[in-house]
This record gives sequence, C-alpha cells and structure tokens, in this order.
Amino acid sequence: MSATLRPYLNAVRATLTAALCVQNFDSQVVERHNKPEVEVRSSKELLLNPVVISRNEKERVLIEGSVNSVRVSIAIKQADEIEKLLCHKFMRFMAMRAENFSIMRRKPIEGYDISFLITNFNTEQMYKHKLVDFVISFMEEIDKEISDMKLTLNARARICAEEFLKKASLIKQDKINQRIPVKISTSLLQF
Amino acid sequence: MTSNGAHYQVAEAHSFGIEPITCHAWNKNKTEIAFSLNGNDVILCKNHNGHWSTTATLSAHDLRVTSIDWAPDTNRIVTCGADRNAYVWTFVNGAWTKALVLLRINRAATCVRWSPKENKFAVGCGAKLVAVCYFDEENDWWLSKHIKKPIRSTVTTIDWHPNNYALAVGASDFTTRVFSAYIKEVDEKPQPSAWGEKSTFASLMAEYSRSGGWVHSVRFSPSGDKLAWVSHDSSISVVDSRRDVQHPVILRTTFLPFMDCIWLSEAFILAAGHDCCPILYSVEATGKLSFVSKIDQAQKRESGAFSALKKFKDLDLRAATENVDVFIETTHQNTITQLSRSSTDKNDTHVCSTGMDGQMVLWDVRIK
Repeated sequence: MSATLRPYLNAVRATLTAALCVQNFDSQVVERHNKPEVEVRSSKELLLNPVVISRNEKERVLIEGSVNSVRVSIAIKQADEIEKLLCHKFMRFMAMRAENFSIMRRKPIEGYDISFLITNFNTEQMYKHKLVDFVISFMEEIDKEISDMKLTLNARARICAEEFLKKASLIKQDKINQRIPVKISTSLLQF
Repeated sequence: MTSNGAHYQVAEAHSFGIEPITCHAWNKNKTEIAFSLNGNDVILCKNHNGHWSTTATLSAHDLRVTSIDWAPDTNRIVTCGADRNAYVWTFVNGAWTKALVLLRINRAATCVRWSPKENKFAVGCGAKLVAVCYFDEENDWWLSKHIKKPIRSTVTTIDWHPNNYALAVGASDFTTRVFSAYIKEVDEKPQPSAWGEKSTFASLMAEYSRSGGWVHSVRFSPSGDKLAWVSHDSSISVVDSRRDVQHPVILRTTFLPFMDCIWLSEAFILAAGHDCCPILYSVEATGKLSFVSKIDQAQKRESGAFSALKKFKDLDLRAATENVDVFIETTHQNTITQLSRSSTDKNDTHVCSTGMDGQMVLWDVRIK
C-alpha cells in the first residue's frame, strides 16, 4: 500500500464512523412517510454539511450525512481511456444488481463513479463498524480490480490482434513471432 | 470491575432477539418491563428467576411504536407511534384495555412522558409541536392542547419538571426549550419556580439554542433545579436554574453522539449513545462538567486462542480466509438508545440500558 493511501483511508474511516450515527426518523413533511432525508432533502436542518475527502484530483470521496441516512460517493482513479471504459462497465454491472448489494445506490451522484446509500435500517440490521469496513475494503480493492482487468484486457487484446492479423495475413509469420508491440485502437476491443 | 471514580458490574445482559429495542419503560416496582421491538406491538415481560417471560402484548398501533411510558402510581401505560396516535392502557380485571387519545396531530409522534402527578402527559411529534394531554371527565376521553411556537422542527425528546407544570422540550432545530404546560382544567395554580414565573399554558420560560446539533435527550435533575441535555455534536450541556438560568455549561466530548442521559444523583449524569458504552459525568457545585469514567471496560469477546472450528466456520459463513472479529468490545453491540433507572430505591443506582442490538443490560453502578 502506498504512503498516501493509508492516511486517505483513515480519514474516510473516521468521517464515515461519525456520519453513520443515524436514527429512525419519520418524515416531518409527508404524513406516515419515512424516507432517507439525504435523498429527499425536504428539511434543511436535518442535513449535515457534506464532506469531500480527496487523495488527488481524480480520487475522492463525498460523504453526505443526515439524521437518518448517509450517502457515500466514490470517484475512482481513471488514468486512461481503457480504465475509464472498464470502470464504467464495472460500475454499471454492479448498479444493475444494486438490490443484492443492499447499500448501493442505483445511480451514482454526478461527478462520481459509484454511490452508496446507508440508512438507519441498514445500521439496525448490520454491525456499523462492519459497514465502514466494507466501504473501506471496497475502496482498497477497486483499484486493484481495475488494474487487474486492464492487464487481462491487454493480454486478450494482444491474442485477438495476433489471431486477426494471422487470418488477414497482413504481416509475415516471423514478424509476429518477434512480438512487436501492437498498438490497438479501442474499436478493436468491442468483443 | 473498577475504573477510576466508579465501580460497576453488569448485573444482567438479556437479548430479546436481533430487532432493535425502540423504547422501554418499567413499572413501579421494576419487576415488569414494557418494550417495543421496532414493531407495532408493545410487549410486557416479567422476570421469573432470571428468565424473562411475556405477560401481555399490547397491539393497537398500525405503524412503529416510538415511545412508551408507564405511570408508576396509577399503573397506566401510554404509548405513541409513527401512525400519529397515542393510546392510554389501563389494567382492568386482569387485562389491558386501551383508550385512544385525541392528539390532533398529522405527523408521527416521537416521544411521550407522564407528568409527575400522572394527571396529564405530553407527546412530542414530527408536526413541530408538543401535545399536552389530560383527561376530560365530562366526555370521558383524553383531550390535548398544543404548544406550537417557537418550535421549528421535529420534537425529539421531552421531560417533566417535578413541579408538574414546567416541560423541557428538545427538538431537531438544535434547541432546548422549557415551556409551561399548566392546564387550568386539571392543575391547581402553580408556584413560581426558578425556571420562571409565567404560568399560562405554552409560555416559553427558557430557550437554549447554542448547541450545535439535534437534541437527543433532555432530563431534569431529581430536584428539578438542573436541566441536562445531549445533542448530536457529541456535547453534553447542563443549566443550573439556581446559579445561572441563562447560560448553560457545555462540554464537548470526543465520543460519538449520545442518544440518552439520566441523572444518577444531583451530581452525576450517565450518558450513552453511538459509542455503545454508558459514560459517567460529574456536575460540580460550581457548574463544572467533567468526565469521570466509562461504565463498560473493554473486554475481548472469545479468547484469541486458535480454534480450528471457528476458522472453518468463518470460511463457510463469511468466506473469510483471515481471522474475522465481528464483535466490538462493549457489552452492547450497537447504539444504546435509552437509559432508565431499574431500581425502586432513589439512592440505588441500578441502571437499565436498551439498544439497537436488541439487548437489555442491567448495570450496577457505584460511585466512589
């Protein structure tokens, strides 16, 4: 783990622990309703000041608290086009299965890649410190996951390109054996 | 177990399941407890030789019960819920019968408390008002009068002064207020107290808005001279009406916010909340508030000894390859939401705490 990741995650952990002090709170605007205040935003006094923790320009976390719910939005590092594409696909995959993740929000907040919505009903059912652990380990794993995928993707792209070029016999067999680095446009990756 | 300043032990820890205990109340001789498990019913339980058995279930609300109070002398229970209703339960011929209260509110009721003389009770609610209810003999029903101004958000907590007419109100507009809840139909003319002389219904006697968070609990001291409250900025505040009624003493703590506090005597407050551990504070005669000790020492659950069975269990249940430690080091495993005295003797400091982990813990606290 790099030197800057540890303090970043510690700051996120401390902020999340404090923000997760939520309670059951019935709506004071609509009769017989009980909605996450951080989403409905109907009463100003029930919202806490949002906090942004950023490690660098690209990697940051937005934590919005309220009396009965917390919204955590994460922006993930995306260095190039491939990482951007991978990140988008991966987050979409998860968001489509949001109810299986129970604390995930179907749509991320604008400017962020993924959002979690943790309500008092989640903290009643689950250990609060384990919820915090989950978010932290998610942040730890996601970078690793995406760079792993990138490597796999590149390896696969190379094989694809080799096969493609073999079939098309555009270049001689011996050149392929020399393994010249092949620059491939992303359009070739639509497999 | 000891720690500096206080001596305590867990007298009993009992779990009523995994659902949170929303609220609880004890009867007069502390033998029976009424509580709600985050649902629409109120469950009454009695202790038979260390075993808790259900004696009655009160079902009337059609949404979550939010608060319960048990009047010790008249043996009546009042419950209120998110369905905007309150019911008064009386024990007649071996069964609990209910009476609906005409609250006239249109948002969820959040908290309810009997007055010390038990002739009226107050209900706080999400409609930004407090309904003070009394029994109307003529029509044979419970009527209510509203305290509306100047509350600007959900009323989260209320408490009665021992003089039966001053009412402390904490709300999510960051403010604690003291109102007069004198009702001329049922009360005799009140004596002026240190909290103010105005006695007409709903007159504002004191207002403290410097606290920086939602007020979670307000409590008058046993004599009624001091008022303590805890709010979401992890602070605990005390105002002494005999010394300086204008300026509360505020102590900002390093713990997570407290959800409830109770006075153990005129000089000690016990507060508990999101840290899952009750914490003792002392109030000196000069007004100084200070930390005394935590009433729950860190204790590791299960020994660190390597257990093959546990390893495979973790592997099976949680797909964990490393040693997983789920429990936290306190007796309560989730937020403590309510504290109460669990002893009939005024000098005996047995305390009961219930929390979101479905546990009821009885503490034996002794202050040195």
